[in-house]
Amino acid sequence: MATQHSRSAARLMIAPAVFVLLVWMLIPLCMTLYFSFADYRPMRATFEPWIGFDNYVSFVTSSSFTNSVITTLQMVGGILCITIAGGIALALLLDQPIFGQGVVRILVIAPFFVMPTVSALVWKNMFFNVDNGLFSYLYKALGLQPYDFLSQAPVFSIVVIVAWQWLPFATLILLTAVQSLSSEQLEAAEMDGAPGWARFWYIILPHLSRAITVVILIQTIFLLSVFAEIFVTTNGAFGTRTLTYLVYQRVLESQNIGLGSAGGIIAVILANIVAIFLMRIVGKNLDN
Amino acid sequence: MARAITTRKKVMWTALSWGIGLLIFFPILWTFLTSFKTEATAIADPPVWFAFDWTLENYRAVQERSNYPLALTNSIIIAVGSTILGIAIAVPAAWAMAFVPGRRTKDVLLWMLSTKMLPAVGVLYPLVLLAKWLGVMDSRILLIVVLMLINLPIIVWMLYTYFREIPGEILEAARMDGASLRNEIIYVLTPMAIPGIASTILLNIILAWNEAFWTILLTTVDAAPLTKFIASFSAPEGLFYAKLSAASMMAIAPILVMGWFSQKQLVRGLTFGAVK
Repeated sequence: MATQHSRSAARLMIAPAVFVLLVWMLIPLCMTLYFSFADYRPMRATFEPWIGFDNYVSFVTSSSFTNSVITTLQMVGGILCITIAGGIALALLLDQPIFGQGVVRILVIAPFFVMPTVSALVWKNMFFNVDNGLFSYLYKALGLQPYDFLSQAPVFSIVVIVAWQWLPFATLILLTAVQSLSSEQLEAAEMDGAPGWARFWYIILPHLSRAITVVILIQTIFLLSVFAEIFVTTNGAFGTRTLTYLVYQRVLESQNIGLGSAGGIIAVILANIVAIFLMRIVGKNLDN
Repeated sequence: MARAITTRKKVMWTALSWGIGLLIFFPILWTFLTSFKTEATAIADPPVWFAFDWTLENYRAVQERSNYPLALTNSIIIAVGSTILGIAIAVPAAWAMAFVPGRRTKDVLLWMLSTKMLPAVGVLYPLVLLAKWLGVMDSRILLIVVLMLINLPIIVWMLYTYFREIPGEILEAARMDGASLRNEIIYVLTPMAIPGIASTILLNIILAWNEAFWTILLTTVDAAPLTKFIASFSAPEGLFYAKLSAASMMAIAPILVMGWFSQKQLVRGLTFGAVK
């Protein structure tokens, strides 16, 4: 079907998309790479184009790097646990025949469409605030001392906010996977007397494993770059500085471009490690 | 998993689902309710649920805040602009990859996807520098281009998966009947492609509307969209719950409605065909 003529026409049609993405990826990334080997601090008028790996060494050996990696792992890990466990439970629940299923679905999905700055501010002020937040009323009603979430459990608080936003995503994808499960298999297992947990553990969970993997990979890539939620709630204080946030502060707040760029390159490398696994799955699927 | 279900069981599941659904939706519901309260009722102890004098005062107050109309306009222009630009670049590319696949089509698709996975902080400073150098810092055109670029891989992928579902035989039949390439595109392809393109536009507007890294860091006042406008409420003097709620509702309401229509497309658009 594809003649030589249509081939070259096709190439011409793909060219603009490839070109803009290539420019978008290469130019800024090369600049970051270049700066990462330079001592560049505009506010002190320092620019030395080549200092070798000094930036990488001082970025990686600083305690703020270690802390930021720990915070990032806690945040991403916590959010993944909540969204995966909650997503599986919700997907199975929404798959049951219930009255008003469509409406419940809409309620569950809604948080995903709330812009990050809005959800961060709403949670911060109307729920977590120690004086006027709803949780404080709840604590007081139960006769407890109000708890200042954002300063006493800041990472946990941000995990709650972001998990709330991403739970719908996990739920939707896992629900799609649950719905493709054949009912015959489950019925056969039920007739053979397999109890509910066994059906879940040996039939449903293996069936969902691929979807779970995809959710983990995609969410990890997006969660590594969580920014607005931290920016609005704690601005990186109280040990909520993730790797992304640390790089942002080095580059735009302390204006140490060299150091920040080295951190940026490290972030790119880390994200790529996750991306490779995701690409492999997507690539395999493309063949079918 | 359709099995014989007793009504009692169904009622039980219904109650549980509705309970959990409302719990998850609660922060939005609470924001909605608070947006109609006076500032005093908004922080009343104990909290007031429904029995208060509903007022539209907050919506009026927020709209009168000097920069709200500007932020709304910016959000619309940036979200719609970046989507139109992205679609214009992506439709030909996705069309060619779906109907004239070559040996490298798969590699190109995967490579495009990989650009989406580039962490934004990795290119933050160069972008700020380039924007300043070009004199486009804090301009709508900068955000239109940047948001178009970060979402382009998703647009291409979504369109590609939709176009691939259009059977190639139909095109061949049209060609046999003597249709020219142009007629083929206008009369055969376009009507079949429109639903897919519409879904892609919808999802992309949502993604662009809610983008909150570049929109916060590349704007100050002139091009600041709603994401940035709302973030300005985090300053201590901005602590007015009722007004914050009204501003929040106005920022999320249109997208919530669009989002509810695009549930299915969400799975397709954000999993790159890895989950079917």
